[in-house]
Amino acid sequence: MHVARLARLSLTDAEIDEFTGQLGDILEHAADIEALDVGDIEPTSHPLPMANVTRPDVIRPSLDRDLLLSQAPSAEDGQFRVPPILGEEP
Amino acid sequence: MSALEIVAAVRAGERSALAVVDEHLARIEAGDGEIHAFNAVTADLAREQAAAVDATVAAGGDPGPLAGVPIALKDNMCTAGVPTTCSSKILEGWVPPYDGTVVERVRSAGAVVVGKTNLDEFAMGSSTENSAFGPTRNPLDPTRVPGGSSGGSAAAVAADFAALSLGSDTGGSIRQPAAFCGLVGMKPTYGAVSRYGLIAFGSSLDQIGPFSRTVAESAALMEAIGGHDPLDSTSIERPPFDLQSVLDRGVDGMRIGILRELAGGEGSVDGLSADVLARTSEAASALEAAGATVTEVSVPSSTLGLSAYYMVAPAEASSNLSRFDGVRYGLRTDAATTGEMMTASRTDGFGPEVKRRIMLGTYALSAGYYDAFYGKALKVRTMMLQEFASVYADVDLLLTPTAPTTAFPLGDRTADPMTMYVNDVCTIPSNLVGHPAISVPYGVGDDGLPVGVQLLGPALSEPTIYQAAAALEAAAPTPEVAS
Repeated sequence: MHVARLARLSLTDAEIDEFTGQLGDILEHAADIEALDVGDIEPTSHPLPMANVTRPDVIRPSLDRDLLLSQAPSAEDGQFRVPPILGEEP
Repeated sequence: MSALEIVAAVRAGERSALAVVDEHLARIEAGDGEIHAFNAVTADLAREQAAAVDATVAAGGDPGPLAGVPIALKDNMCTAGVPTTCSSKILEGWVPPYDGTVVERVRSAGAVVVGKTNLDEFAMGSSTENSAFGPTRNPLDPTRVPGGSSGGSAAAVAADFAALSLGSDTGGSIRQPAAFCGLVGMKPTYGAVSRYGLIAFGSSLDQIGPFSRTVAESAALMEAIGGHDPLDSTSIERPPFDLQSVLDRGVDGMRIGILRELAGGEGSVDGLSADVLARTSEAASALEAAGATVTEVSVPSSTLGLSAYYMVAPAEASSNLSRFDGVRYGLRTDAATTGEMMTASRTDGFGPEVKRRIMLGTYALSAGYYDAFYGKALKVRTMMLQEFASVYADVDLLLTPTAPTTAFPLGDRTADPMTMYVNDVCTIPSNLVGHPAISVPYGVGDDGLPVGVQLLGPALSEPTIYQAAAALEAAAPTPEVAS
């Protein structure tokens, strides 16, 4: 299933059957907005008018690296450790 | 003892914070086996913190405006050194390296954190049945759900395991459980309370807010957690609201609109039960009797809220939850390559509702469907903002039921997701437009369980909302529901 692959989820055949029906029901309910003639109304992705916020470009303490790595499933030499990446399909 | 009575007694040195927290911990010990409000009880930390409050009082210092008040935190708020799971297997055992801003603020106000409460996994649900660690039960009737997703936080206060609690509300997750458990539940204006350290679900919708038995306690907790935070780029630059001082002002001359599309009037959404509508209409009459002008008003696009929400929230969730990939924290399922490891970890770590929403969001954002669903939903948000702005030119606040029904039995709505989603039909619009809304208990339904009514206002209208909520509470036909 294409969407599951995009979402990096692996589904059993039973789950595919169940989810397909359920997601179909939800999309059917959403037919009310799909059918809506919204013309040239501007989209709102965020409820309040806000500009981007930046902080002064000065060095300040950050969280301790060893503490953060202690919560990782696998770490080595101060870095997160993962299985091989090269040679995979994108 | 109410939170405000605890504060007064602890500050005056009449009661020790340690004795207060021990009482609550004993109630948790005795009762939480059945209710399952908590994922973790932090008894040792709570006693340490209470002892520190007592030491401050003994030394003549200021222990803070919430001194000694036992508080429970929804388990999607980061607590340094205390596991934070979002009730998901994918974060089981993860210990955050820092405190969220609200956690820091309630502690510095003198409140004592007694534990982390159960929720629907990643706050996705309306009954707290989607938790990887088992459901929470409603303390008023353990065969019923407490609502959700902040069901553990609601149950903790309803069972008097804590005097106050914090939840998060993305589509109704504070207000609906408050209604089901006979409590006051507030969703503040978007940006009024910092989200720093709240594990994100729908970033343009999420807000943290208080659960309490009374409006006055809710106001006190809001004052403690609100105000600008430089660590949250969506935090509004303004001081915390002054709320406790407005509670006795009444509603004389206030203009209240019954929002007909969400309150059983012409063009209303379906499924609102007769007893809930009757209590809502009695609440309107009570406000009128107290001096408010009550009229019926219309926000036609509010009926589209449910569909728009179930595009926007899953879309944002699918993006936010991409960070759970087995690399930096939480569960990893080993596999030969990194790509396979990520898929295996997510497949093992997420429960069915989370998978459903990630897939729905991924679909809504995917090429070819973006304009038809997600794009349309964003335009519906604009329509709602415009229609709400126009109705608030004529009225100060709006009134609706909080949820279509009273608390339903466990297992009643788990088979079909749509039957669960419609629970949020009255609460979702406030999230889509970023406006504040509060649920206040108002009588009981035919089954004897509490009904909540909802007051909605424009952005930053918290003082007006609390003023009216206090009047509504004073007029409510039954006393607050006892545990």
